[in-house]
Amino acid sequence: MNANDRKILVVGGGMSGLTAALEAAESGAQVIIAEKEPYLGGRVAQLHRYFPKLCPPTCGLEINFRRIRENPNITFYTMAEVTQVSGSAGNFDVTVTVRPRYVNDRCVACDACAQACPAWRSNDFNYGLDKTKAIYLPYDMAFPQKYVIDASACQEDCGQKCAEACQYDAIDLNMQPQTLNFQVGSIILAGGWDLYDISKVDYLGFGTVKNVITNMQMERLAASNGPTGGKILRPSDNQPPKKVAFVQCAGSRDENHLPYCSYICCMASLKQATYLREQDPEAEIYIFYIDLRTPGRYEQFMWKVRDDEGVKLIRGKVAKVEQEPGTDNVTVTAEDTLGGGKIKMTFDMVVLAVGMVPSTKAKPFPLPLSYTPEGFIIPELLPEGIVAVGTLKNPLDVMKSNEDATGAALKSLISLSRR
Amino acid sequence: MAIEERKYGAYLCKGCGIGAALNFEELAKVIRKDGKIQHIREHDVLCSPEGLAMIQEDLKPEGEGINCLLIAACSPRTKYQEFDFPNVLVERVNLRELVAWTQEPNHPETQALAEDYCRMGAARIKKADLPEPYQTECDKTILVVGGGVTGLTAALEAANNGYQVVLVEKEAQLGGYAAKLYKATPSSYPYTSLQDPPVHALIAEVQAHPLIRVLTNTTIVQSEGEPGLLDVTVNTNGTEETIRIGSVVLATGFRPYDATKLSHLGYGLSPDVVTNFEFEELAKKGKIVRPSDGKAPESVAFIQCAGSRDPEHLPYCSDFCCLTSLKQALYVRQSNPEATAMILYKDIRTPGQTELFYKEVQSDPGVMLTKAEVTGVELAPGAKLRVKAKDTLLGANVAFEADMVVLATGLVPTTLDDPILNLTYRQGPGLPETENVRQPMTIPLAMEDARGAAMKAIQALEHVAAGVAVHPRAWDETFPDPFMQRCTQCKRCTEECPFGAIDEDEKGTPYFKINRCRRCGTCMGACPERIINFNDFSVDIIGSMLKSLDVPEIEDEDDPEAPFRFIGLVCENDAYPALDAAGWHRLRLNPYIRFIPLRCLGSFNLVWVSDALSRGIDGMILLACKSGEDYQCHFAKGSELAEYRLSKLSETLDKLGLEADRVQLVTVQISDFDRLPKILDDFVARVREIGPNPFKEF
Repeated sequence: MNANDRKILVVGGGMSGLTAALEAAESGAQVIIAEKEPYLGGRVAQLHRYFPKLCPPTCGLEINFRRIRENPNITFYTMAEVTQVSGSAGNFDVTVTVRPRYVNDRCVACDACAQACPAWRSNDFNYGLDKTKAIYLPYDMAFPQKYVIDASACQEDCGQKCAEACQYDAIDLNMQPQTLNFQVGSIILAGGWDLYDISKVDYLGFGTVKNVITNMQMERLAASNGPTGGKILRPSDNQPPKKVAFVQCAGSRDENHLPYCSYICCMASLKQATYLREQDPEAEIYIFYIDLRTPGRYEQFMWKVRDDEGVKLIRGKVAKVEQEPGTDNVTVTAEDTLGGGKIKMTFDMVVLAVGMVPSTKAKPFPLPLSYTPEGFIIPELLPEGIVAVGTLKNPLDVMKSNEDATGAALKSLISLSRR
Repeated sequence: MAIEERKYGAYLCKGCGIGAALNFEELAKVIRKDGKIQHIREHDVLCSPEGLAMIQEDLKPEGEGINCLLIAACSPRTKYQEFDFPNVLVERVNLRELVAWTQEPNHPETQALAEDYCRMGAARIKKADLPEPYQTECDKTILVVGGGVTGLTAALEAANNGYQVVLVEKEAQLGGYAAKLYKATPSSYPYTSLQDPPVHALIAEVQAHPLIRVLTNTTIVQSEGEPGLLDVTVNTNGTEETIRIGSVVLATGFRPYDATKLSHLGYGLSPDVVTNFEFEELAKKGKIVRPSDGKAPESVAFIQCAGSRDPEHLPYCSDFCCLTSLKQALYVRQSNPEATAMILYKDIRTPGQTELFYKEVQSDPGVMLTKAEVTGVELAPGAKLRVKAKDTLLGANVAFEADMVVLATGLVPTTLDDPILNLTYRQGPGLPETENVRQPMTIPLAMEDARGAAMKAIQALEHVAAGVAVHPRAWDETFPDPFMQRCTQCKRCTEECPFGAIDEDEKGTPYFKINRCRRCGTCMGACPERIINFNDFSVDIIGSMLKSLDVPEIEDEDDPEAPFRFIGLVCENDAYPALDAAGWHRLRLNPYIRFIPLRCLGSFNLVWVSDALSRGIDGMILLACKSGEDYQCHFAKGSELAEYRLSKLSETLDKLGLEADRVQLVTVQISDFDRLPKILDDFVARVREIGPNPFKEF
C-alpha cells in the first residue's frame, strides 16, 4: 500500500466529473480534478434550465461547488489538460499541463481589468452570440471566481492596460504553462461532449442562413446571464421571434453525420418550446421530428408541451432550410412522412436540435484506448483502473450521467481497494 | 468542540470598493460599542497573502490568541480557502456584494446597512460554536432487497468494495426477469448482435462471493431503527430472523403491466395474442410456435406501447419495449427465415447508440416497421389475427393479418402496491434511503444505476460512522439537539420533517433519529417552543441577529427616504447566490433590507417575525425556492412549509392590528439576479404604503 492507493484523478470538471469527484471524496478518497476550461461546471453551466422540472442548473452546481469548498479531499485545476499517462492501475503516473491564466490567486473579480482592456473576443461561453474583453470572467457565477486572459485576443500594443488597472497585483502577463505530475491509483474520464459542427450539414443552413441557431445558442439566449439578458431575440435584428421551428435530429440519426441518436434533443426542444411560450403567449412553435423520444417518465413532460395549443408537433424530416427571399425569415421544407407530400413553411427563427459528440472524438485521451468510429469510449475494453463516465460512452442526459458518475466513483474506489 | 476561552477579533477589508464606499471609523465604533468586539483591524486587501498574514499573527496563542473571527469583506461564497482557519470560529460579513457593489457609495443608508451587517455578524459569532459530530455505533452491513440484475449488481459492487452484504430475494431463484430472457439486446459497440443475458454470470459471482449472504424465498417482515442501526426482520420459508443492517438498497425492480387490462389490443381473444414477456418464454423454450396449435408462425405483429404512454393505463414510456420488440423480431426471423415480423409503433425509441441496433434490424427485409395507432385486434379466417390501425406510413386506415400478435407490455414498479420494506417508523415525504425503483429502464442503465445506489448506501454508512450529514449537506457535522424538557409533544417537528427523521415513542414524545437527518433545520422552524437548535444555527442565533439591528425613528413617514427597516430571510443555496450575482452585475439593491441566509426556508421560525416586528422592524421578506409539484427546494418541503407557516401568521398579524403584507414570501431562483431589484423595491414600496410599524415607538 502506498499513499496513491486512495488517490483518484478525475479528468473533466463538468457535472459528471464533479459528481464522480465529490462522491469519491465524500467516501474518503483523495481526488484531483483537471478541467480544461477556466471554470468548473461544463456544459451544464451554459443551460438556462433543466428538463423536466425546469429548474436552473446553477442551483445544482452551487451545491456541488459548496461541497468542493467544504471538502479538503478535493483539489482542482482549471485550464488543465492531461498530456501524458503511464503506469497501470494503482500506480498511474500522470502529467497535467496547466495553460497560463495570466491572472493569479490575488484576483478579487472586481472587473477593473476588463473595463480597462481595449481588446474584444468572441464569447465562446455564449456560443459566439456576443463578445467579451480579452480579460474576462467566463460567466457571472463562474467557479472559481477568477478572471482569465485569452492571449490570442490580446492587443499587444495596448500598454498592458489590464495590469495597470489591477490594484491587487493579480495580473501576471509573463505566466508560463505549468507542468504538474501526479501519482494516482485510478483515473475517471469525464470529458463530456461537444456540439456537432452543424455547418457540415449544409442543407440545414447554419452559418449561411440568417436566424438559424443551435439548441445550445437557444439556451444562452434564454438565460438571464446570457447575451440578451434572458430575452429570446433573433440574431439578425434583435426582435423577439413570433414563429419558431425546431428541427430535430440535426446531425443525429444520419449515416453521413452522427449515426446514433443524441438522446437529449427531443426533451431539449420541448423544453425550449416552453421558454418561447413563457416569453410570448402568442408565439407559435413547430417541432419537426422523426420519432419523439421522451423515454421513461419524460413522457409526461412531452404531454404537457404537446397539449399547449401554441405548440405543434409535426412528424416530418426536414429536407431544406433556406432564407426567405428578401427577408430575414427562414423557410423550412420537410417531407411529411405521415400525410405524404411536402410541407413548406416560413418562420422568424429556426432552432437546430444539434446532436452531441464525445469530446474524445476531437481529442483522444493520451493513452491507447478503444473508441467507436464516432469517438465514444468502449467501456468494456478500458484498462483496469480507468473508468469512463456519462457522455463519453453514450449520449445521455444530466440525470443519467449523474447516476453513472456516482457508480463510476464506486468502480474507481473498488479498483483502488483491490490493490 | 466548544471554544473555551473566546477571544474575538474583527477584520475589515477595504478592498473591492468597500473602503471607498464606507466610513471605517464609524464602522469600527459600531463593532466596538454594539458588537462588543474590541480587537479590530483593517486591511486594504484582507484576502491577500499580506492581509492573511496579519490575521495569522493574531491567531497565535502566544500573541493575541484570537479564536473567533469576524471577517467583514466579501461574500462567504468567495475567498473561502483564504478565510478558512482550522479550529477557529469564522463569521463572514458580506460588505462587498451586499453593500459596496449594490449600494450608492457614502450614502448614509449605505453606511447604516454596513453597520447593521456588522452588528448581525457580531451577534451571530457570539452565539455560534464549532460543531461536534454526533457519533453512534454503526453497523456497516448493506441490505440489498431484490435479486434481479439491479440488486445483484449493487450487491456485488458493495461487496467488492469490502462491505458485508445481505441480499434478499422473494423468489426461489436469483435473477428476476433478466434470468428469464432468451437473449439480451446489445449493450456495447457495435450494437448489432444479440447477447447472452449478463445475469447468469452475475448470479454465479454473487453466490461465490464470501461477503455476500444470499437469502432466497425471503421477504421482509419489518424494518426499524435508523441508518447504521437498522433491525430488519426477514422471513425465509416461514422462519424469522432479525439482522442488524447499516443501510439499504431497494432494488425490487418491476413487474409487467397486467395484460388482462389490454383486451382492447386483443389480449384474451386468442392464445396467439401474447405479451412480450410470454413471447420471451416461448423463445427460451426453443423454436417459436403458436400457443394455439403449436405451428411455427409465418407472420408476427408487434404492437408497441401496450399499456405504456397511455393515460388510461401507464402515463409513462416503459423505455425497454422498443428494443425488446426489435430483438424479438429477430427471434422470429432466426426461428424461421421465411417468417416476417411487423412492428407497429407510435415512435421508435432507441436512444443513444442503440440506434445502431434499430438500423441493423431495419436492414432485415423480413422486418417491417411502421408508425401506427392500433385501433383493434380481431380474429380472422384461417386461424389468423387481424390488426387494425390508422395513421400509418402505409395509409390512413389499414389492417394487417398475422399468425401471432405480441403486445409490447410496459412495466410497473413493484413498490406501487407493496411497501416491500415494511418500515415500522415514520416515513417523510422524501424517499427512504437509496432507491432505484424510480423509473423504467433498460438492463445496462439499471446496472449503472445499481452501482450509484451501492455507492450511496456505502456513503450513508461512512457518514453515519463519522457523524456527518449526507447529501446535500455532506460536510455538515452539526445536528439538531432538542432540549426535551420543554417539549410539549405538539408533533409539528415529527410531521414536518421532510425525511422522516423524527419519530415518536409510545408516549408521543419525539425521538430524533439523527442518522436519517439531512440537517435542513425544518424541525427548528416548526418548533413553537424553539427548543430544536444546531451548534451554529439556532432560533436564538437568528433572533439575536434580528434584535441587534439599529431601528431609527421615522420622523416623516411620507418621506420616500424615511429609514424603514426590513429583514430578508433567504435560502443560502439559491437566493443568496442570486444576491451575490446582482452584486457582480453591479445592480442597485434596495438599501433598507438586511439579508440573513438560512439553510433552508423550512427552518423559518415564526418567532422571528415577532422578534423583528416587536423591535420596530417594518417588514420581512422571505426569498424562497419554488414549491409544489416541480419544487426546487433541495430539502423537498422547506419552501412549502415556510409558505404554510406564513399563511397561519396572517390571522395573528391581523389580530395585532398589523397588516399581513408586512411579511411576504417571494419565489426566487438562483438565476434571478436581474429580477431582484424590482422584487425588493416592490416589497418595500408596499410596506411604505402601509406605513411604519406602529410598535416602533414602544
